[in-house]
Amino acid sequence: MSGASPTPAGTPAPTPPPAGGIRGAVRAVGGWLEDRTGLVSMLAPIMTHRVPRSATWWYVFGSATLMFFSLQVVTGILLATLYAPSASNAWQNLVYIDTQVPYGWMLRALHGWSSNAMVVMMLLHMGQVFLHATYKFPREMTWIVGVFLCLLTLALAFTGQVLRWDQDAYWGVGIGAAIADRIPLVGNQVRALLLGGPIISGETLSRFFALHVFVLPGLTIALVGFHLMLVLRHGISEMPKVGEPVDPATYREAYEARVHKTGVPFWPDAAQRDLVFCGLALLSLVAIALIMGPIGPGGFPDPTDIETNPRPDLPFLWIFGLVSLIPPASETIVMLVAPGVLILGLVLLPLISNGGERAPSRRPFMVLGVVLAATALGILTWEGATSPWSPVMDAWSASPTPVKYVKDRSPFELQGAVVLQNAQCRNCHSLGGEGGVRGPALDDVATRLSYDQLVRQIQQGDGNMPAFGKSLTAAETEAVARFLLTMHPANERTSDPPGALLPIPPQQAERP
Amino acid sequence: MSDASPSTPCGGCGGCGGDAASGGGRRRFLYKVGLGLMGAGSVAAAAPIIAAAMGPAITEYPEQWVDLGDVSQFPAGETRYATFMNPWTAPTDGLTSKTGCWVRHVAGSSSAATAPVAGDFQVFAVNCAHLGCPVRWFPQSRLFMCPCHGGVYYEDGSRASGPPPRGLFPYPVKVEGGHLWIDAGRLPGLEEAP
Repeated sequence: MSGASPTPAGTPAPTPPPAGGIRGAVRAVGGWLEDRTGLVSMLAPIMTHRVPRSATWWYVFGSATLMFFSLQVVTGILLATLYAPSASNAWQNLVYIDTQVPYGWMLRALHGWSSNAMVVMMLLHMGQVFLHATYKFPREMTWIVGVFLCLLTLALAFTGQVLRWDQDAYWGVGIGAAIADRIPLVGNQVRALLLGGPIISGETLSRFFALHVFVLPGLTIALVGFHLMLVLRHGISEMPKVGEPVDPATYREAYEARVHKTGVPFWPDAAQRDLVFCGLALLSLVAIALIMGPIGPGGFPDPTDIETNPRPDLPFLWIFGLVSLIPPASETIVMLVAPGVLILGLVLLPLISNGGERAPSRRPFMVLGVVLAATALGILTWEGATSPWSPVMDAWSASPTPVKYVKDRSPFELQGAVVLQNAQCRNCHSLGGEGGVRGPALDDVATRLSYDQLVRQIQQGDGNMPAFGKSLTAAETEAVARFLLTMHPANERTSDPPGALLPIPPQQAERP
Repeated sequence: MSDASPSTPCGGCGGCGGDAASGGGRRRFLYKVGLGLMGAGSVAAAAPIIAAAMGPAITEYPEQWVDLGDVSQFPAGETRYATFMNPWTAPTDGLTSKTGCWVRHVAGSSSAATAPVAGDFQVFAVNCAHLGCPVRWFPQSRLFMCPCHGGVYYEDGSRASGPPPRGLFPYPVKVEGGHLWIDAGRLPGLEEAP
C-alpha cells in the first residue's frame, strides 16, 4: 500500500482561524494555497509514511546518491550556460571557465568530484541492497530500475569525461570506438553512430554533449522518480533478521502489520540519519572540491600530439585495468559479452530469487560475491591507476644506469650497459627500482638466466618480450648479455656453471 | 477522466452518453480516422528523424588520397612521423581533423639511383590495433610502443608483444609526382587489411 493517494474530496477545505497581524496574513495565504492546491495534504502522508523502526545507518546511501545527482543537475545547468560543445574551442572554453568566470573553477570542481561521489554512493547503495537482499519480494522492480539507474550513472560519467575534451577524453573516445568496432557485423555502423562520422571530430563532441545534457539526465530523472515511487509503494525494507524469510504469500500483510505497530514516521524519525549523513557527505565534497580543484582539462586535444598517456577517469580505471590483464584472446568476449551477461544477471536476480532468507549470515555465497566484486573492483582500479603493464616511455633516457652496476665492469660489459640503455630495455625492465615493470627487474637477472639463455631471450624474445635479433647486432647482443651476466648479488652464484663461460676471444671483442 | 461503463461499448470517452447504435458508429469512425491520421503523421515525421539519427551509420565516407609531402622527407631506412588533415571535416572539428601517421621507408628497398616507389614505403596509422591509443616509434630498438596497455610492434608493423590482436593498421600508399600519398579518411579498425 502506498498511502500516497489523497482524495481531494476527502479533505475538507481548512477554514483559516481568525488571527491578526503578519502571522495571520501568512496563515491566510497558506490556507488559501493549501485549499486551492492540496499540496500539503498530498505530500504530508508521503513525508510521514511509516517506515520500520529497524531502518538504520545502512539506509543512507540511496539518499546520498540522490543528493549528489541533484547537485549534478544544478552545477550541470550552470556549466551548460558557460560551455561550448565545439571541438574547435571546448578546451579553451574550459580554461576560460577555470580562470576567468567567477567561481567557475569551483563549479567545475563540484561537478567533477560530485560525479565520482555519486558513483561511489550508488555502488555502496547497491552493495547494501544486495547484501540485505532487499531486492526480494515485493521490491523486484525497485532493484531492476536501480540496475538501469546504475548504467545511466556510469553513462553520465563517461559522457561527462568526454566533454572535458582533453587528450584523455579524445583517446578515451577512441578506446570506446575500438571496442564498438569489435562488435560482429554491425561494429562499423555502431562506431560511426558513436563518433557521428568516420573520425573523432566536432560531431563526436556534439553528440556526447546531447547525450550528457539532454538524453541521459532526462532518462535518469524519470527513472529516479519511478524508483522513489516504488520505494513508497512497497515501503522501506526492514533490516534482515535470521529466521524471518520472505514469503511472497504473507509478506505484505506481515510487513504492514509490523510497520503499523512498531514503525516510525519517515519524517523526521528516519530521515534524520539521512540528513546527518548527507550533510556530512556534502561538506566533505565541498572540502574535496576546494582542495583538489577542478578535474582537468589535461593536455590539448591535438590528435597529432602523441606524447600522451591516456587514462580514463576514476570510475573506468577498472575497465582499463581489466583489458590489460586478461588474455588477449578473451578480450572481445570480455568486452562485448561479459557486460551483457552481468547486466542480465543483475536484472534477473530478483526474479530468480524473490523469497527466502535475507540475512547475510544465511546467504554466504552472496556475501562472498559482494566481497569478490569489491575486491576485484578495488584491485583493478589500483592496477588501472598504476598500469604496471605500460612501458615507461622515457625510462631509457631519463633513468641512468645505477652507478653500482657500472663499477668494476670491463669495457665490453660497459658497452653492453650503454646498449641496454639505448635499446629502450629500461622502458619495460627496471634497474635499481627505476624503469618499467612490464618485464622482470634486471638487478639479479644473472641468477636466473645463463649467458646462452640471455642471448636467446634478447635475440628471439619470448612470451611478452619482443625479439631484438633484427635491431641489435650480434656484438651488441653479446655485450648486453655480458653486462647482464654481472647482475647478481656479490655472494650469489650465477646460473652459469663455473668455468662455462670462456674469456672473450679477441676477434669477437674487437668486432664493431 | 474517462469513466467507460458497459453501456458505452465504444470504449471511448463516455461523454457522448449515446450507445453504439446512435452516436457510437460515428465516433468509432472518427476514432479510426484519428488513429490512421496520427499513424501516417508519425511515419511521415519519423522517417526523416530516423534517417538523420542513423546518418553516420549509413553515410559512405570513401577514403581519399592525401598528400604527405615530398618523398625526400622520408629517408631510406628510417621511420618518420607525418601529419595530415583528414579529408572529411566539419566546421567545428578544430584540431581534431589533424591526424598523425608513421611513414617507414624500408631500408635498401631501392637503390640511390632510382626514385623510390610505393612498394618502398609502409605507412601506419598512429592508432594501436588494441584499443586505438597512439603508438610511439623508438628508432634505437626499432619498436613501436603503446602507452596504454603496452602493445609493442616491430618496425614492419607486425605485432611484437602485448594485447594487440594484430599488427599496426597500414594505409594504402602511392608515389605520384615525387610525393607520397596515402588513402585515408576514417579511423582505422580491425577490418583493415593486415
